[in-house]
Amino acid sequence: MLLEVKDLHAGIDGKEILKGLNLQVNKGEVHAIMGPNGSGKSTLSKVLAGHPTYEVISGEVLFEGKNLLELEPDERAREGVFMAFQYPVEVPGVSNSQFLRLAYNEKMKHLGQEELDPLEFNDYLKEKAKVVEMDPQFFKRSVNEGFSGGEKKRNEILQMAVLEPKLAILDETDSGLDIDALRIVAEGVNKLRSSENAIILVTHYQRLLNYIQPDFVHVLANGKIVKEGGKELALELEEKGYDWVKAAGN
Amino acid sequence: MTAEMAKENSFGTAFYALINSEQDTALHSIREKAFRVFQEKGLPTVGNEDWKYTNVAPIAAIDWTVDDSAMAVGQIVPTELLNAFRFERNGFTALNLAFANVAILRISKETIIDEPIEFDFAGEAGKAIFPHIIVIAESGSKATVVEKYASQTKSLTNTAIQIFVEDNANLTHYRVQKESAEAFHYGVTEVTVNRGGSYNATSINLGGALSRHDIEVKFTAEGGEAWVDGLYMLNGTQHHDTHSVIDHTVPNCTSHQNYRGVLNDKSRAVFNGKVFVRENAHGTDAEQSNKNLLLSNDARVDTKPQLEIFNDDVKCSHGATVGQLEDEELFYLLARGIPEGLARNLLTYGFAEEVINKIGVESIKRELDGMVLNRLNAKI
Repeated sequence: MLLEVKDLHAGIDGKEILKGLNLQVNKGEVHAIMGPNGSGKSTLSKVLAGHPTYEVISGEVLFEGKNLLELEPDERAREGVFMAFQYPVEVPGVSNSQFLRLAYNEKMKHLGQEELDPLEFNDYLKEKAKVVEMDPQFFKRSVNEGFSGGEKKRNEILQMAVLEPKLAILDETDSGLDIDALRIVAEGVNKLRSSENAIILVTHYQRLLNYIQPDFVHVLANGKIVKEGGKELALELEEKGYDWVKAAGN
Repeated sequence: MTAEMAKENSFGTAFYALINSEQDTALHSIREKAFRVFQEKGLPTVGNEDWKYTNVAPIAAIDWTVDDSAMAVGQIVPTELLNAFRFERNGFTALNLAFANVAILRISKETIIDEPIEFDFAGEAGKAIFPHIIVIAESGSKATVVEKYASQTKSLTNTAIQIFVEDNANLTHYRVQKESAEAFHYGVTEVTVNRGGSYNATSINLGGALSRHDIEVKFTAEGGEAWVDGLYMLNGTQHHDTHSVIDHTVPNCTSHQNYRGVLNDKSRAVFNGKVFVRENAHGTDAEQSNKNLLLSNDARVDTKPQLEIFNDDVKCSHGATVGQLEDEELFYLLARGIPEGLARNLLTYGFAEEVINKIGVESIKRELDGMVLNRLNAKI
């Protein structure tokens, strides 16, 4: 099993948000985690990525059988955990290509594989940029600085393409995207989807799932998974809203 | 005898030994006048508001040998340009003019020089040097001037540059101060920008135990534009002070100022930036920003941006910040597998690059980029 979350309780500022969450993800699977605002979706993403302001109260998270929670965020990333940010951060003065090359080479170092010099990496990056139809002029620009909402999200998927994670958690990647940007981002994710990796789509809306078909849908309410099913569950949610599942979480 | 007096006397001995060989009578009298002002003023003290945070007592305490090459007597110097130098500014500027080793660069009318013109200086142990550069960018000319200070030892550099940007001339000016960590450095940049002229300066301050740079840009006719940018990166117990004055004395000129500081360990920086918009200077567009990054709890910066506006029809903004690396930016890099040490360096580099990135001359940009990385001890 790639990821196993067992009875996870976690929160922020002393407030418990996840209240006993269980989740199992295997390679080759796409899971959608859906839920109303405040259900704990973002908390789950951030706890998995190791954001320092979120605290784990109890429970276990195993990644390839290893205790993920005792790893620092950068170690998790090098092990193959990737979170696409809901709000990608701007890093002024650091070019996209510098940033990606450093991240890529750190992963290569970790795997005991050869690092790429700037020229070699540029060729690699150009190839990867096709996944999200990104113009190479974005490589020289500072990370996310002055990017539109759609460009930022595409840049997140470009990072995913470059780093080739085993587990990608896409945190509300569809939020703030117009229909064209959504299509490009979703097609990018579909191209990256393989039998060797797994993807967790964290989303409020069913819209993204029209483009990226999940194998499993989990409904999160009040910090717990209250309903699980196949992709048809997402359609049901679209139709009926969240109220009927919310009741189950209380 | 106090340390102050001893110092003045050591300069006095050198001055009187050298002044007699100055044949040019006009220059002779300029030097004498300047030295008298130095004797009256002495080196500045913290009692002076402009020097409140920068204590130069360690400079005054040393019995400096004046470098033999100082004064370079017998030069032909247009004294009317030297007369424009505000040597009464402080004891350093008076001393600079008294001993001035003058170099003159005149860029002829309508001449475009692509290659940067470089002035390199490196003080020697226990010695004081007094470079004094005069740059005249004649009308319609275009050139790049680089001043570089790179002492390897405990030396004193007391330097001045006067720049005259004439009508529609375009002058780019890089000032790189990378003296040794034991060195002392004082420098002043005085600029006038005439009608339609353009002055683009970047000052990089990396070296020196104690350093200060005063820069003053004055618009003397309409349509001038100036960029006055700078970066100071300090560690250990380094102290750097930048005082700048942008003087809009005439209408319709534009000035942009972007100074950034990165302070580590127990270093200390001072930024004081004054922008004057005089009574008739309508149509002025002036912006000023000073941002500082503190990498250590023991580092300190005193920043004071000041706008003094005497006309309503202007567009002005200014601001200063002092802060640490942003946690969210740091987490973003960590989340991509970049280890914390490298992530912090990368963010610091990015902060400094905001100044370096604007440099138009590729060779200089690469060199400065290398210096920033070197200072951070980072491979990026």
